[in-house]
Amino acid sequence: MEAIFALAVGIMAGAGIYLILRPRTFQVIIGLSLLAYAVNLFIFAMGRLRHGAPPVIDPRLGSDPALYTDPLPQALVLTAIVIGFATTALFLVVLLASRGLNGTDHVDGREPEDE
Amino acid sequence: MALLLIVLLPFIGSLCAAFLPTNARNAEAWLAGIVALTVTLLTAAQYPQLVAEGVLRLTIPWSATLGIDFQLRMDGFAWLFAMLIALIGTLVVIYARYYMSPADPVPRFFSFFLAFMGTMMGVVLSGNLLQMAMFWELTSLASFMLIAYWHHRSDARTGARMALTVTGAGGLAMLGGVLLIGHIVGSYDLDAVLAAAETIKAHAWYPAIVGLIAVGALSKSAQFPFHFWLPHAMAAPTPVSAYLHSATMVKAGVFLLARLWPVLAGSDLWFWLIGGAGLCTLLIGGYLALFQSDLKGVLAYSTISHLGLITLLLGMNSELALVAAVFHMVNHATFKASLFMAAGIVDHETGTRDINRLSGLYRAMPITATLAMVAAAAMAGVPLLNGFLSKEMFFAETVFLERPDWQRLLLPVAATLAGMLSVAYSLRFVHRVFFGAPAGDLPHQPHEPTRWMLLPSALLVAVCLLVGILPAQTVGPYLRTATDALLGANAPLYSLAVWHGLNLPLYMSLVALFGGIMLYLPCIGRRSERIPLLERIDGKNAFNGLLTVVNDYSARAVGWLTSPRLQAQMLMIVLVVIGGALLPFVDGPLRLGERLPAEIDPAFALLWAVGATCAVAAAWQAKLHRLAALILAGGAGLATSLTFVWFSAPDLALTQLAVEVVTAVLILLGLRWLPRRDKRFSAGKPESARSRLRRLRDLIIASAGGAGIAALTYAILTRPPVDGIAPFFVEQSLPQGGGLNVVNVILVDFRGFDTFGEITVVAIVALTVFALLRRFRPAPESVALPAQQLEQDHPESRPDPEAALPAGYLMLPAVLVRLLLPMAMLVSLFFLLRGHNAPGGGFVGGLVFATAIILQYIVGGTLWVESRLRIHPLYWIAVGLLCAAAAGIVAGLAGEPFLASQAWHASLPLLGEIHLSTVLLFDLGVYLLVVGATVLMLVAIAHQSLRSQPRKTSTEGGH
Repeated sequence: MEAIFALAVGIMAGAGIYLILRPRTFQVIIGLSLLAYAVNLFIFAMGRLRHGAPPVIDPRLGSDPALYTDPLPQALVLTAIVIGFATTALFLVVLLASRGLNGTDHVDGREPEDE
Repeated sequence: MALLLIVLLPFIGSLCAAFLPTNARNAEAWLAGIVALTVTLLTAAQYPQLVAEGVLRLTIPWSATLGIDFQLRMDGFAWLFAMLIALIGTLVVIYARYYMSPADPVPRFFSFFLAFMGTMMGVVLSGNLLQMAMFWELTSLASFMLIAYWHHRSDARTGARMALTVTGAGGLAMLGGVLLIGHIVGSYDLDAVLAAAETIKAHAWYPAIVGLIAVGALSKSAQFPFHFWLPHAMAAPTPVSAYLHSATMVKAGVFLLARLWPVLAGSDLWFWLIGGAGLCTLLIGGYLALFQSDLKGVLAYSTISHLGLITLLLGMNSELALVAAVFHMVNHATFKASLFMAAGIVDHETGTRDINRLSGLYRAMPITATLAMVAAAAMAGVPLLNGFLSKEMFFAETVFLERPDWQRLLLPVAATLAGMLSVAYSLRFVHRVFFGAPAGDLPHQPHEPTRWMLLPSALLVAVCLLVGILPAQTVGPYLRTATDALLGANAPLYSLAVWHGLNLPLYMSLVALFGGIMLYLPCIGRRSERIPLLERIDGKNAFNGLLTVVNDYSARAVGWLTSPRLQAQMLMIVLVVIGGALLPFVDGPLRLGERLPAEIDPAFALLWAVGATCAVAAAWQAKLHRLAALILAGGAGLATSLTFVWFSAPDLALTQLAVEVVTAVLILLGLRWLPRRDKRFSAGKPESARSRLRRLRDLIIASAGGAGIAALTYAILTRPPVDGIAPFFVEQSLPQGGGLNVVNVILVDFRGFDTFGEITVVAIVALTVFALLRRFRPAPESVALPAQQLEQDHPESRPDPEAALPAGYLMLPAVLVRLLLPMAMLVSLFFLLRGHNAPGGGFVGGLVFATAIILQYIVGGTLWVESRLRIHPLYWIAVGLLCAAAAGIVAGLAGEPFLASQAWHASLPLLGEIHLSTVLLFDLGVYLLVVGATVLMLVAIAHQSLRSQPRKTSTEGGH
């Protein structure tokens, strides 16, 4: 399981990195999304993978930390997801404005000369 | 407490002064004068206690873990300086009241003036070296503002900039030295540093410390080779020159050298560095002063020269020389401030400061002339004046220096030469301005100024005389306290007397006096502005040249290191990150842990087979098939969400899912405004080899990055979990947070302040999106309706705001979606309320509700929805923020820290037991804000289609 998880993170990160190096704004926004998934999973992995452990405290079992999943990375990732959404929205609007203003969707705001 | 007032009062006064009206000259002067006088009296009142206790301290704890407190410390030496600052400050305020013209904006002047007084007090009273460095830089800033007071003049701006650059850079060097000292001693506390003198002297960093501190002190005190800024600082109003650039600020450098003298002095390095700089400055300053045509220029160079004398004394590694240095600091402040005032009076009454134009003013202004003559005599070292005493001590020190022979011979000769120069330029100052035939072509008819303008100068001259005649009875005890504070038990015996008998120093004084007169004789008729020998050497040119070179190279470095192209920047970032991630593996390869991996579940493998394919395909399609790429990326997101479910993170899965939906809608709304596919693609043109190569390069980098992250993830997953802070949250979630869902408790309670910041960011982003879109102009080719919409654009399917249901194929979805709205609302509230004890919470709830609203827009159309349902997202955002803040403030009212959770239990007649918590209020705030922000962003983008459409019907309203 761990290997699959690691591969998943790696592939999404690779796809994300490739896309953020591309010249079109839409590619970059999709790349950032993919990279965000990868990074969120990576942070989540800091709590190690536990299948079937209860995430919410069961008063009958008591609050022994060993029984439950690690809540800390989850709280961090939850924050990251929401902030990621906000930055995606902001970036989308900036890229739309740039496209409207410059007439191109190239990340530099103008078409390169050499292509 | 009094110590704190001494430092704070000037700052308070400065703030008050800044807000007085521009023409309130008298009010300003009264305010500044009262503040300065109060500070003087307060300082003076400390003296008895100071003598009794030795050192007065005041510590306000600040950052205990860093070992930095706000510390004030007043010993005899600091007291002497504080007294100097306060007293001369008071006199200069009186003088400035009459000097400044009614047209000048005085609030700015007095405000910065008082601020400077406060910062200077901060420097001398700091009990902590870092704090001293901070005040030190503040004095540079205040000086900058005051030099540039007449900022319409270019010389003022240039001079201010030069002074700030030189002293500011010196301050940084000094900070470096202070940090080194702090590192060696383990504390920045001045007492600790003074106690660790031997450790510092023996340390390998000692040379670096001396070098850095020397650069700071020498640049501040305008010592060679940094002396050139001071003459250019003379563009400041004369009261500023009198106060900052002769009496106080330029003394900060020598103050620091004296302050740290017990710690740093005593080595050969100190002797050559400090003493050498002092000697060079003493001679060069004196020589240049002889050839200045500007009155203030003469005084500036003589200030440089006298500061050189003090520096030289400090560099001589002898306790007696230190005493002489401290004594000369006081003496120089009195006679030089008074001379500056005289120069200012001359300037004020005649309209010029040019020595070549001024002449014979004695007849028109005898009192000014007399005062200036006495002060100049003090500067020249004429007996029965204070300058004579310290100069005599200086001569004595040069004679009795314990150094090899040639140095013992050289120093007295140089000292005598400097004395001659000093006599010569003092004589020139007095003779040129006040004697000779009365000048005829002056801008104003000269006459005596008002008495109040003369008073400060007269008082200072009186001090010169008193100290000069009765040193032991006047300045003696204070000087003793000051030097005792510096040297402690090592303080040497000395006698402050006018007459020490016929000895070598006295002969040197006589030689200097007559030699100076002889030196002046050839200069009497000299009108030239050229300076013999040193004409070519100009610090200003060197400084400007250096600045140009530095600017040049910085521009080149910036051009070489950065690129205006985003792709190049991204590439750099990615490469640096990959490189940084590789750094730990210099020592050894990546180690895997012993934790046994779980057995592979085929379903999970399949999930990620799909998820990874989606991600790669999205990367492949993002250029030309945007919609496909968006769907594929959504697929990867879904796989992520399911992974969260798999590994027991239901909160994350819910949030991810909801965000996924909203993001997809958002980007879909944006797709329309993007340009059509690449033309070359449709034309079937092949790519250039270069762009193919670039793609290959990026592919390799991306693979490397992805492989690296995968390896790191795997390595971490195979290691056993670390005992971090997580157990605390699990254990304390119920007792302290009162919730079972630990993730939610962390978000809204333990780390509530973080979440508060986060929702604020979301609100700001939403407002920014809204604002950006208000000015949005689409590209012309995107304005026309898209083909899909045109196909459907026949009368039946056009949205009709009046109809209850849309006609055509959207009728069924419309019915369903409308039913969905109340349901979604209920579900979202359910999520919100159960969030504390079960998966859910404000974020998810808010997103669910926002999604339901967006569905109305998608199916019903903007016009239809907005003709029935007015949502005011801005209010939602505001109320949400207020709720969250209120939850925090309630805790404050209960005397707990901000956002600490508060709970009430009450029983109500009908409802039974009620449990209310501020946490719920906080989560409600999050909920409202998320709904508002999401809806605001989505609706703002959705409205763009309406705005850009040609208006067809009158019912359409713009946004």
